[in-house]
This record gives sequence, C-alpha cells and structure tokens, in this order.
Amino acid sequence: MPTVLLLGAGSDMAVAIARKFAAAHYDIQLAARKAAALQPLQQDLQVRYGITATTHDFDATDYSTHAAFFAGLPTMPDITVCAFGYLGDQELAQRDWQEAATIIHSNYTGAVSVLNIIAESYEARGKGMIIGISSVAGERGRQSNYIYGSAKAGFTAYLSGLRNRLFRSGVHVMSVQPGFVNTRMTQHLNLPPLLTAQPDQVANAVFKAAQRSRNVLYVKWPWKYIMLIIKMIPEGIFKKLKL
Amino acid sequence: MQKRLANWGNYPAITSEENAFTQEQQLRDFVVSNHQLIARGNGRCYGDASLGKHSISMLKYDKILSFDEQNGFLETQAGVTLDQILDIIVPKGWFLPVTPGTKFITVGGAVASDVHGKNHHVDGAFSGHITEMDVITGDGETVTCSQGRHTDLFWATCGGMGLTGVITRVKFDLKKIETAYIKQKQLKARNLEEVIRLFDEYKHYTYSMAWIDCLQKGDSFGRSILIVGEHATKADLNPKQQEAPLKLPAKPRLTVPFNLPSFILNTFTVKAFNWLYYGKNFKKEINNVVPYEPFFYPLDAILHWNRGYGKAGFIQYQFVLPLEHKAGLVAILQRISEKGWGSFLAVLKVFGHQDSLISFPMEGYTLALDFPVRKGLFEFLDELDEIVLQYGGRLYLSKDARMKQDVFWKSYPNANRFADIVKTYNPGKRFESLQSERLLLTK
Repeated sequence: MPTVLLLGAGSDMAVAIARKFAAAHYDIQLAARKAAALQPLQQDLQVRYGITATTHDFDATDYSTHAAFFAGLPTMPDITVCAFGYLGDQELAQRDWQEAATIIHSNYTGAVSVLNIIAESYEARGKGMIIGISSVAGERGRQSNYIYGSAKAGFTAYLSGLRNRLFRSGVHVMSVQPGFVNTRMTQHLNLPPLLTAQPDQVANAVFKAAQRSRNVLYVKWPWKYIMLIIKMIPEGIFKKLKL
Repeated sequence: MQKRLANWGNYPAITSEENAFTQEQQLRDFVVSNHQLIARGNGRCYGDASLGKHSISMLKYDKILSFDEQNGFLETQAGVTLDQILDIIVPKGWFLPVTPGTKFITVGGAVASDVHGKNHHVDGAFSGHITEMDVITGDGETVTCSQGRHTDLFWATCGGMGLTGVITRVKFDLKKIETAYIKQKQLKARNLEEVIRLFDEYKHYTYSMAWIDCLQKGDSFGRSILIVGEHATKADLNPKQQEAPLKLPAKPRLTVPFNLPSFILNTFTVKAFNWLYYGKNFKKEINNVVPYEPFFYPLDAILHWNRGYGKAGFIQYQFVLPLEHKAGLVAILQRISEKGWGSFLAVLKVFGHQDSLISFPMEGYTLALDFPVRKGLFEFLDELDEIVLQYGGRLYLSKDARMKQDVFWKSYPNANRFADIVKTYNPGKRFESLQSERLLLTK
C-alpha cells in the first residue's frame, strides 16, 4: 500500500487531501503539532476508507527534532505533502518581530528543514514525491501581506530548486499555488467566490496533478493569468497601487 | 465574517457571524466567551431554529469516529451528514434506524430536531436509537448523556433545537439490511377517508406515507397515493441486482440552478403537477422494487428544489393531530382547499406513540404542506394554528418560522419543564436563536 505523509495535517486543506488519497487506498501518516488532536481524523480515515492511518507529533519550527521525526515514521512515505503554514497578521508582524518570525519560520524555515531531510532520503532511494503547498502571495510582494508572501516566495523558490536538483534521481517535486481557499485560515476574510477554491477542489486538483507528475499547479486557472499580469506591472506603477 | 444565512425555506434570512471549528477545546473556549450562539448544521431545517446572531457551523466537525460492523453501531461527530453515513454503511449491510425525507442533514441536526421517518409508527424517532452523546453546555463543559445518564440533558437535547448546548458527538444504532433496495407498494386512494382506511390496513408495513392532492373538492377531497415499503431481501431482487445487492447504480443529479420567479407557482401549476403526479399511477396498486434513494429521498434528486419557490421563500407547515381528531385534519384541508393555496407537497403520515419531553411526534396524523411566502399567508397560517390548537395538536419546531408564542406554550405540554432544563444547562442565554427569542424558549 503506498503511503502519504501529511505535514500540517490539521488544516482544512490537509484534511481534504488526506481523504482524497485515502479514498484511492493510500495509507496516511498525519503529522502536526498536537498529534492527539488528529485522532478523530485518523479514525475517520480508517472507518471511511478502510486504510491505515497513523498520527505523529511534528513541530515545523523545532528543527532539531525533524530528523528523528522522519526516521521514526512506521514506514517511509512514498509521497510527502508539506501543507503547514501560518498566515499571521501583517500589521502586527511589521511592529512585532515575534509575529514576523513565526510567519517566516512556519512558512519557510521549517519547511526547508524538514524537506531537506526527506529529499536526502528520497534521493538516496531514487524515488518519491514531494508536494509543497505554497501560495500565489509569494509571486510578488504586496503591502497587505508581504511578510507571509516573502516566506512563501522563499518556499516557492526552494521547491523549484529542489525539483531541478532531484529530477535526475527520479524524485518528483510539485509546487501548488492554491490561490484563495475557503478554510478556517481565511474564514474572517471576504473572498471573491469565483476565485476561491473549496478545500475539496484543492484536494482533487492536487491528487490529479500528482498522478500526472505536474510541476506547478494553479488550483483555479485564472490565478495563473492574474499572477502573470500582477508580475508584469512595472514597479514604478506597482508601488503606487494599494494591493 | 458576517454572512447572510437562511435555512431551507429561504425565510427568514439573517446576517450572522459564522465560526467553524474542528477542535473541541477551541469550540469550548468560543462557547464560554460568547453569547447569542446557536449551532448550525447543513441548514436543512426550514425556518429560523438554527439562525442566530453568532452561528457555530458544525460542518467541519465531520469525522466518523467508529463503526461497529458486527453489531451495527456508529459513532460520529455532529457535523457528519446522513448521505456520507449512507455511503459507508449501506455497502456493509446497514441502514439508518430513522431518516427524514432528506439525507442532507447532519447528525447533530437529526438529534436537535429529533427527526422522524416513514417508520415512526414502528421504530419511533431518532432519539430512541441514540446510545450516548456529548453536549458542550453553556459553561463550556462537555457532558456525556444518554437515556440513563444526565437524563434531563439528554431528553431536552433531543428535539431541543440546540438550546441546551452544542452537540458534538453522537453514538447510535443501525438497522441491518440485506439489500440496498426497497420493496414498495403504491396505492391510489380516491379521497381522505380511503387513504386513512388504507393507512390502517397497511400499518404492519415498516415504512408508510401518503402524497395528498389538497386542491380537490367534493368526492375526491384528499385524493392521494399511499406508499408503503419494506427493505427488500435478496430474493426480491432481479438477477442483475442480486449480483451486488448492496450497491446502487450511479445516476446523474438534477439541480435547480437559480430561484424561479414566483409567478410560476400558482393554483394552476400546482393543480397540473398534482394531476400528473396522481395520474401517472394508472393502476390502483403498483408493486415494485426500487433503490432506497428515490424511496426515502425523492426530492434530494433535485438539488436546490427549494429555489422553485422564488426569492421570497416558503413556509413548510407541519402539524400533528391526535389520532382521535381526524376531524381537525379535514377542517384544515378544507380551509386550504377553499383558499386555493395548495402546495406541491402535501405529505401525510401516521405517527406511532411517543413519550418524549419536547420532540414533535405524538400518536396521530401529521401533515406537511408548503406555502410560498406571500401577502396574507401568515394571517392564514395563524387561522390554521387555531384549528391545530383546538384539536390538541402542535407544530414541528424544525419547520417553524412564524408561529406565535402562545401557540407553542399551549401546545407543548412539557414546555415549562423543558425551559427549566434549558435554564440549567444554558445559563444567561448563551445559546439563543431567532426561534427561541420569538417563542421565549430561553425565558
């Protein structure tokens, strides 16, 4: 039975991804800061899909534990989905380093730390897939969320470099740019319905793209073009915009 | 975020702050630090029972916790919908002990409404099948209750419209089935007299209900189709169905993509619909084997059928009258027929005995009718309420959006005891809905 490891398994997106893979008979390893809180999800996956699900304590910002965490998994996962992240509060982060640091470490440093270890292991084995959930916010810094955006930009670049490096060893790396997603992270934001994906849509798209070994996935296609336009706006104009 | 919310009748609509949770601790913290809260499932109750200033969306509380395939017990979080459950249990040879006419409701909603099904006269309401459940009460405690444990909380929660707290986990029993099919019998009844006689004649059937054409007068007053059924055994199926008796063939779904203009629904179109519906059964009696879905959930096949009633929405009026007061049923149907405000869906069902604190069912006849919201409707329904009161009946809180205070207090004999228990577990009105304010349920 192939196995999927979900890092940051408590998020709405991760739950949907777990269910999608479980429905296709993958065993699931759920990892998040409070593994005990993942128990209902673990039971749910086992009852609904008749697969084996396990839960594991994992703290993205506790780098020294990452090697032991990965070595301690019951089996080596065939696919690793890096789904943790923290949106944070931009205005607070401008003033308060603690908030800024949490955003950076939750979205970038922590991901690099754990994926470095997993990439080594996949490369040595000559197979495996890493799926990183990044964000369109990383494609150009905007005043409303550039601290989160810059961490995601770093993550996007990391994934792209990793894909380049691991290509020859038979390990695939996929970057996912979900755009707006209707989750608890965004439940207090007013999102445009046409550009907002449901967690299920993200999960379906991720699953399908993983089967086809896609490199970069935009969950809702308009995002690809929206971001293309946003990237093309000359800086002289861009800096005057309120985005 | 402030959101516009309305339940299935699209009336009333409210702006509400919606919050969703997946972790019990967060949910408890939220409960103790807020007021005017009400838990909400899939919004399939018709009126205002789950609308409030702050709503707690339970839809992400959707984990199935355990399934005892040997003994038929299921344990789920409150936000799991019945259709998700059916997908899991039917292929393993189990069915819901009680199901309402839609499978798109949550387990928490089934408990809070203490739903009944076509088998009420045999199997009672949903509450009778609950082994235990967890409720987060007003002080943020999770209390496990059952028929033998914290009994007051248990019975005030079943049918209690979410006013005792937030239901988070429910364990209930299931019914063994051999196939995913129903052996059904449809009987044409010329009028109300006849359908009531048929109900009695076929009461040994597990499932029964009737569609009434309520626009007929004279000799055909109350003409209807009685539908009764039993879970089919393997032997009842044709050879092709027997190959996979617990698996249903997949079929496409229809949806009503937008609100239809309300002029489409008038006496003429309703008459035409009922004529077609009644007329499609050429024979007096039809016997066949059908998949469980169209039998239990005929309207679920048309997603968003509620939009057919237009933007103003509709009221579903469901009342129950004691068995000895058939006259009340005639009186109400006559008023509707005179007024010419019939509905597409008039569903008649005979309830069996039920002794519970605040749930809707009692031994007698229950009739459910749809009325599009329009001028004069509420006054008309007030008149119908008078007839219901006069004959000792009551209205279903899950479908109510407009009944007046005194109608509730006069018709629910345990209203005071219920209100006292609510006060114990919901001090300072932490849980409150438009309905509870209107009816002073949290007085």
